[in-house]
Amino acid sequence: MFLTIDLAFIIEKLILIVVVVSASLVIAMYTTFAERKVAAILQDRRGPNRAGPFGLLQPLADGIKLFFKEEIIPNFSSKALFILGPALAMLTAVMTSAVIPWGDKVQLFGRDINLQIADINIGILYVFGVVSLGVYGIMIGAWASNNKFSLLGGLRAASQIISYELAMGISLIALLMITGSLSLKEMVLQQQAGHWNVVYQPLGFLIFLICAFAECNRTPFDLPEAENELIGGYHTEYSSMKLGFYLFSEYINMFISSVIMATLFFGGYDMPFVNEASFSPNIAALIGIAALMGKVVMFLFFFMWVRWTIPRFRYDQLMHLGWRILIPLALFNMLATGGVILYFHK
Amino acid sequence: MQALTNRVKEVDRKPMSLMERMYLPGIIKGMMITFSHIFKKKPTINYPEQKRPFSPVFRGLQILNRDQEGRENCTACGLCAVACPAEAITMEAAERQAGEEHLYREEKYAAKYEINMLRCIFCGLCEEACPKDAIYLSETFTPADYQRKQFIYDKNDLLIPHPKENPEAYSQALGNRPKKESVN
Repeated sequence: MFLTIDLAFIIEKLILIVVVVSASLVIAMYTTFAERKVAAILQDRRGPNRAGPFGLLQPLADGIKLFFKEEIIPNFSSKALFILGPALAMLTAVMTSAVIPWGDKVQLFGRDINLQIADINIGILYVFGVVSLGVYGIMIGAWASNNKFSLLGGLRAASQIISYELAMGISLIALLMITGSLSLKEMVLQQQAGHWNVVYQPLGFLIFLICAFAECNRTPFDLPEAENELIGGYHTEYSSMKLGFYLFSEYINMFISSVIMATLFFGGYDMPFVNEASFSPNIAALIGIAALMGKVVMFLFFFMWVRWTIPRFRYDQLMHLGWRILIPLALFNMLATGGVILYFHK
Repeated sequence: MQALTNRVKEVDRKPMSLMERMYLPGIIKGMMITFSHIFKKKPTINYPEQKRPFSPVFRGLQILNRDQEGRENCTACGLCAVACPAEAITMEAAERQAGEEHLYREEKYAAKYEINMLRCIFCGLCEEACPKDAIYLSETFTPADYQRKQFIYDKNDLLIPHPKENPEAYSQALGNRPKKESVN
């Protein structure tokens, strides 16, 4: 028996994968640059401005530097796991981009090309699954370093991500009760037709946002790599490009969670106050991508803005916030949403 | 207890109110503060491109002066070396030969003149001591080198460019610093 393989389809998807992965890498690269610039501006400094015009080549210089740094693998570490850690962190960070709808259809060479690598009907579940795997990269790397600071960092990362995943999941259930679909594409189409989900789920969005900060290990929840108490946390023993991968995967995670938040709550590639149907499909798709990227940039700036404003939580405060405030709030939000839906749909 | 100053502030140990325990109002307040810093003027001076203006009495590296015809002023009298609290200056004198009148202004000149820039404290006493207006402190600063011995500046490093052969470099080296009245 032969499967009929649509060669053009495979090529189309391959090109899309390459474009999406390299785009998210480049964006993550420039997010590191933007982070330094934003930090500098918020602190009345100038930030990197020597490499290239406005310092735009700085991320390249950083990358080259990391590649040429000496690679140190500690004697007492488990070598295979030590290498697996950053690889896994990077892999899971990039994998999430597969189900995100980057834009509407484009028409090229007489084909309708969906700007989404895989429109699977459990899209958001897939994202959750892969993001949860991300903690393994941190845990394995931390364990394999055979260093007590790394181990503490890894433990903190694990318990933090487990705690906040719960609240995040429950806040999402409330959203799913409204949309009635797990497919990200479907959600965007619904928001394009009606209002953005943030209008219906402001509390859910707030909980999701806070949890996203915790999942990305961003300040005020950056305890796994708290440099004052844990040296560098889980990446204390790492050097060269392995360290680079860890830091890089953090920025990719940040980018992906910005995209997810934009897609779930802010209409994805929906440009507000513009009727996409009045343009030709290719232009509409371009507008869509631009709209999504605009929202993502806002979120990324917000991530940085918060980082350079709010100090780090204490660990018991973090756990208190996660288990005793966010989870009850998320449960309340879920129940309230369910009640409202029941009342209006009877 | 009686407070020593009127700046004493009582520490507020009241339990947090509901608004404070919600954190969000406080966070928003803080974020507004950081946001306002985006529009603040940055005090940074981009050093190699921009330079901080010096005060008129700034004391930088020494320079050995020439007169308007390009003759060296220094007569190797040694007053600067005596005045120098860091003992950074050494020199050797020599007699001007016939035919060297266009090089040296007076009959005696410094054949060797060295300042150890690692010892120099840029106090300017050499300039004050000099009766011939031969040495003064310029606006040049932050010398950099790879070897310690390069910091012992000899006459080649110290002499001002020739005013006739290279007038531009001469006036630049002269700088805007007010000089003592010429003693001619």
